[in-house]
Amino acid sequence: MSSELISEYEVIHAKPKAFYETYERKDELQHQTHYCPGCGHGTIHKMLAQAMDEFGIKDRTILISPVGCSVFAYYYFDVGNVQAAHGRASAVATAVKRSRPESIVISYQGDGDLAAIGSAEILHAANRGEPIAVIFVNNAIYSMTGGQFAPTTLIGQKSTTTPSGRSAIHEGYPLHVSELLATLEAPMYIERVGLGDNRQIAQASRAIRRAVENQVRGLGFSFIEVLSPCPTIWRLSPVESQRWVREVMEKTYPLGVFRDRTKDAQPRPTPQEPPALDAIPQIIGVADADVTEHSAIRHEPVTDVDLHVRVAGFGGQGVLLLGEVLAEAGLDAGLEVSWLPSYGPEMRSGTSNCHVRLSREPIDSPLVTAPNVLVAMNEPSLKKFDKSVQAGGWVIYNGDAFPPECVRKDVHVLALPFTQIADALGDARAANMVMLGALLEIAGALPQTSVDAALARLVKNPRFFELDERALARGRELYRESVREVCHAG
Amino acid sequence: MNAEKRDRGLLRVDGNECKGCGLCVEACPPKVIAMSERLNHYGYRTATYAGAGCTGCGICFMVCPEPGAITVLRAMAQRSAAGSGVTMGTEGAMPCASN
Repeated sequence: MSSELISEYEVIHAKPKAFYETYERKDELQHQTHYCPGCGHGTIHKMLAQAMDEFGIKDRTILISPVGCSVFAYYYFDVGNVQAAHGRASAVATAVKRSRPESIVISYQGDGDLAAIGSAEILHAANRGEPIAVIFVNNAIYSMTGGQFAPTTLIGQKSTTTPSGRSAIHEGYPLHVSELLATLEAPMYIERVGLGDNRQIAQASRAIRRAVENQVRGLGFSFIEVLSPCPTIWRLSPVESQRWVREVMEKTYPLGVFRDRTKDAQPRPTPQEPPALDAIPQIIGVADADVTEHSAIRHEPVTDVDLHVRVAGFGGQGVLLLGEVLAEAGLDAGLEVSWLPSYGPEMRSGTSNCHVRLSREPIDSPLVTAPNVLVAMNEPSLKKFDKSVQAGGWVIYNGDAFPPECVRKDVHVLALPFTQIADALGDARAANMVMLGALLEIAGALPQTSVDAALARLVKNPRFFELDERALARGRELYRESVREVCHAG
Repeated sequence: MNAEKRDRGLLRVDGNECKGCGLCVEACPPKVIAMSERLNHYGYRTATYAGAGCTGCGICFMVCPEPGAITVLRAMAQRSAAGSGVTMGTEGAMPCASN
């Protein structure tokens, strides 16, 4: 008899194909979303999925998931997905759409995400008229985190952070994002809908379909704000929550179309093809002979190299430049290199350090947690990093009195007053290059021609270039002298 | 058992997917959806179809927050022999609606 049933009735509304069959976030309950009973997200998801089905765009849709309850949207929609940092979904959507103009890009964001931390991103995406669709789910509160006040919270509405209700004096007024965006020139379509009753829900479904359609037609920025119930945080039943949307929320957030320029709109012109990769040096004006030349391997290093270098000191001592010259020289010599700076917000006097790796093999991580060469440009840096040096490694320390507590029997030490040595050469600031010279002599791997080429690219001032060259040579010399001394002493 | 008794629509509720929010009960224009007496495996009273009277309008599907908890069917073009199929068809949907 069941075959008779099928022949008599046809399915007209069923789970849209844009959803996965099962949701693999958890081991059980794979047939249900993680949303609370009566949550608006499920309803809005379904509207979106239906629109995707209708336009047959599942395989070219990229959904940008936000931070909030809908962070897991990628477990439900069988489409491309990028989960963005809090508030940044519109910015991520911009990048995705620009790099894949043929894709349908939908940014799905809540009010805590879009109207608070992400207010800059949405404002500018709208102002640029990015051809994306943004679904803005407004439930007037931070729900996922437990019900804190949001910019969209209604006047008088209680939240955990406004326990006696939002007051305009202290917390300002509810942010009307749709109205705000409608003051901009660029947006193509802006509508606010609600999930307050059947009529509103039907309209919401049409609006979401419209936003998707706009993008299929290649039109500009579409924004749909959905007033959506949150029964759990509102502490109302699902049916009461629906009523609250209709009878309370809607008074603050009137429904309607705030912008519709779709009627006579022409599809946006296809963005210009990006230039070919090898044309870029020409465009940015670095296509001189030197660049072309040094990109090829000029010098084969004489020995195998696997340098894990940590350079540390005060900001202003040339810590980063030391690392950069080393990495550039390695690059010139055809090695795999990485240079990772790490410093505070201060331009000067804060501590600063960098991680440098040079290797024949591809580099797995640019982090150097266990250096085989530590260049410590001052005492605090030595004390901070000396324990991390690998056994058999080197410590190059700027100071002749090596602190007794840092003495280790299993590492080599070259401790010299490099600042004074550089000062004698003409400028105390060249201490970093004297230390680099010593390092290069210790490592013994890089030809001086590669170091010269790197220095020439990074130090443009001829006076400093000349000084640094002398400093490097002095550093190499100092290391050789120290070895001779050890030999004589032995 | 005649053609005019045949409902225009038919409703199936997946009793494992339904979380019992009750929005479909509220939304249904002919009021043919109710909450079940017994709890499902997960402790929810789920929506159940009364068994007759569905018009196939689909609004319950639209309001339902779960992607696949509700499936709505609509009668295909009337056929003279429809009568016997309707009763059986409706009953056929019942176990699904109440499990």
